[in-house]
Amino acid sequence: MMRIRRFEERSLRAYQGKKIGGFLHLYIGQEAVAVGCCSLMGADDHVITAYRDHGHAIAVGMDTKALMAELYGKVTGCSKGKGGSMHYFAPSLNYWGGHGIVGGQIPLGTGLAYGVKYQGKKGAAMAFMGDGAVNQGAVHEAMNLAALWDLPCIFVIENNRYSMGTSQLRSSAGPGLAERAAAYGINWSKCYGHDIYEVRDTMNEVLQLARNEHKPSVVEIDTYRYRGHSVADPDKTYRTRDEIDDYRKNKDPLIAFKATLLAEGVLTEDSSSVIDQEARAEADLAAEFAEASPYPTPEDIQKDVYWEADHPDQRTSQGRLFFN
Amino acid sequence: MPVLTYREAVRAALSEELARDENVVLMGEEVAQFNGAYKVSEGLLDKFGPKRIVDTPISEAGFIGTGIGASMLGIRPVMELMFWSFYSVAFDQILNNAANVRYMSGGLINCPIVIRGPANGGTNVGATHSHTPENVLANHPGVKVVVPSTPADAKGLLKSAIRDNDPVFFLENTILYGEKGEVSDDKDLLIPLGLADVKREGTDLTIVTYGRCVLHSLAAAEIIAEKHGASVEVVDLRSIRPLDFDTVLKSVAKTHRVLIVEEQKPFCSVGSQLGFMIQEEAFDELDAPILRVSTLDAPAIYSPPMETVQLPSIERVVAAVLKVLAS
Repeated sequence: MMRIRRFEERSLRAYQGKKIGGFLHLYIGQEAVAVGCCSLMGADDHVITAYRDHGHAIAVGMDTKALMAELYGKVTGCSKGKGGSMHYFAPSLNYWGGHGIVGGQIPLGTGLAYGVKYQGKKGAAMAFMGDGAVNQGAVHEAMNLAALWDLPCIFVIENNRYSMGTSQLRSSAGPGLAERAAAYGINWSKCYGHDIYEVRDTMNEVLQLARNEHKPSVVEIDTYRYRGHSVADPDKTYRTRDEIDDYRKNKDPLIAFKATLLAEGVLTEDSSSVIDQEARAEADLAAEFAEASPYPTPEDIQKDVYWEADHPDQRTSQGRLFFN
Repeated sequence: MPVLTYREAVRAALSEELARDENVVLMGEEVAQFNGAYKVSEGLLDKFGPKRIVDTPISEAGFIGTGIGASMLGIRPVMELMFWSFYSVAFDQILNNAANVRYMSGGLINCPIVIRGPANGGTNVGATHSHTPENVLANHPGVKVVVPSTPADAKGLLKSAIRDNDPVFFLENTILYGEKGEVSDDKDLLIPLGLADVKREGTDLTIVTYGRCVLHSLAAAEIIAEKHGASVEVVDLRSIRPLDFDTVLKSVAKTHRVLIVEEQKPFCSVGSQLGFMIQEEAFDELDAPILRVSTLDAPAIYSPPMETVQLPSIERVVAAVLKVLAS
């Protein structure tokens, strides 16, 4: 969690220093959710999420140098500079992005579950979304399919209270978000996302159900982001400084976890300090690596578009694939 | 060689590829128990069972997105759209996810999907069921677009499409489903994407076309030969993207006059792209401006006789050929 926190803070500084273009959707405050969930992954479990994807990327084990280089748009980035902040992928770690259209990734997550089941593997797909995504039609279509076909898909709603500047109250009708699962006969539950133990406890149960019985689940996790929707969000119009400070001081997942580990004697102040310093050093190293790396070239723009164009010796089609 | 209908040819391709590769799955509305809205998948459920032939609810965004997600793990879904008109319900999945995931991941992922179904007007089903979106689809780098006109082309191209590791969009035609033609039963016979076919050789004018308009063009060419003594060459593109432009250029160099015939609304149609490319690369070969016969520029009208007027027809093709020849 500390590594995610320091990476996000370092990215923010880089963005403010004009090293990063476009959007930056920071995960600061939500670390326990990604770490709690991804730490439970088995060999045949998969993860997909939306654009607030840095936390999940680090939690599944991606290299922070490649992640920072991707933010800088360098060719050494995890997507060769072609995706940017919203599009981190690592198939070898069963991590499928990193998606920009709200809710658009959820049918893909259902598809991952479909594929796992089709191949006879004992695994589950965790498909993450925010509170705002639950109003997208594609999400409902995916839930219906998962229930109809008994797909091992866990729909994880990271409810950080605000969909950009719009609160749940102003966007979502009905008794709640996870409750909508009942319409499809899908079991749902909620948990407190600032407590990493509670996240793991809740998710462990639904993962077992998915892997062993192919039962989908909806889990709504109560969490909070300290920064705006993206770095460009002044976030003055929809919440108060007091609310943010309350979370930072009283509900921060890192502070809570550290306190527990200190009390249990697993950590000392010194060893905790070392973890923090190492996380900062890692983030700085990532930024140095990104800074020193080259950009892609103009010739790179039209690569990685077609599998066939990237594998010319195996191409069976003919004719022109590009038109300028 | 056996004679099959276009429908039977598509079915044969599906059956052969389902038997060949256990990762191939056919999914869509009414494809299994109903035997297919247009009977293309008739008998396949009995032959392959419900794991391979999957009925979906009416959820294009949901089931197409599911197929795309599964393809990232190596499943090869062939997803049927009852009408290609319904693609717009799944636009985000098709043209943001399938088209872009490879690029956004820097080449780490590919989506070996096929989406197939009929794309045509001419059956009085109105403005929302008569779309021919090959131009819209082909505008997206990362996808492939195929529009076969004959049973043999349909079978050979669909087999290639299913084996292709990129997303391939395969546009059929309900009016062509009953058309008959010779089709090889060689299970290994593939027609590559991106290879056009000169369906009729000629010397005085080139018609560049695809899909059902190939049939109109061939009929028009007969009339032109009999009644006007001119020789028309008909180039069937078969594949919009990748595009066999060399065959087009070769024909233009021979005849020096071009007519594009397309069942497309005119603005930014496939013909718009072709016209630009021909004048860009073969300007000096042209003895006349390039003309085209397209769908009349309005939403698809219901009234049956007027829909016939709205769509390309043999009469309009003949008139246009004469105009280009006289130019």
